[in-house]
Amino acid sequence: MKFAVIVFPGSNCDHDAYYALKNQFNINVDFVWHKENQLDGYDGILIPGGFSYGDYLRTGAIARFSPIMKSIIEQSKKGKIILGICNGFQILLESGLLPGSLINNKKMKFLSENVILEAVNNESVFTKKMFKGQELTMPIAHKQGNYIASVDILNRLQDEDRIAFKYKGNNPNGSISNIAGILNSKKNVLGMMPHPERAVENVLGSNDGKYIFESILK
Amino acid sequence: MKSKIYIKYKDGILDPQGTVTNKALESIGIKKINSVAIGKLIEIDFDDVTKEEASKITDESCKKLLANPNTETYSFEIVE
Repeated sequence: MKFAVIVFPGSNCDHDAYYALKNQFNINVDFVWHKENQLDGYDGILIPGGFSYGDYLRTGAIARFSPIMKSIIEQSKKGKIILGICNGFQILLESGLLPGSLINNKKMKFLSENVILEAVNNESVFTKKMFKGQELTMPIAHKQGNYIASVDILNRLQDEDRIAFKYKGNNPNGSISNIAGILNSKKNVLGMMPHPERAVENVLGSNDGKYIFESILK
Repeated sequence: MKSKIYIKYKDGILDPQGTVTNKALESIGIKKINSVAIGKLIEIDFDDVTKEEASKITDESCKKLLANPNTETYSFEIVE
């Protein structure tokens, strides 16, 4: 299996993602600069966290027009695995690969802390190594993680089993229905605010991120 | 010629900055304010265009990039 970690100006979780994929899960991985326009040789694409383009205008709004995004949209149509984490999730929403938006956390604070997630879906390529209701501990680090969507979108996400993760107990950012991560309709694209790549060994406080990467590998 | 674009959150979208600023205005004794909304002002400066072209370019810019249709509304004026 071979993964591309996309690098935008301002990405800062790209090395964490590279480390997690390569060192913890033995996946071949390349950094791919956002000016590239070809992703054919990869089985999976990871859009990492950070502050692409300094979060200017809106988070993810400018990254969405980088040349690589055309290839990412193409690959998503072919059913390739695409994982957007934090700023990567924001970019997936701006590009229309996932529905809804992320706005400021309800208390306007940048939050950097561990959260407890509940696995809602366990039948996707990202979640099949989990059981429904499984609790996962992972860090969050964001200011715009408050997911919002229209009632129609929300109903569709629920009906089609596309809510991958919800915050359990404390909802840190005010997201609707406690949503922490969602899937596209074909379930080959996952966007999530928490950072599984920063939870891959006990020394980091949790290794629950492995459930996502091991699902992908299965 | 310039366009002045005003972007604000749609009604019903949480605007914590506006809420907190409203409370601050209240706390310094400024009265009779119902609510405060905080948005963005973007100015675009044009080279050599008619008012109609300026308006068309501004609208396209808002639709394609400057405003997020899920969460924001925009309006603009063209000034000479």
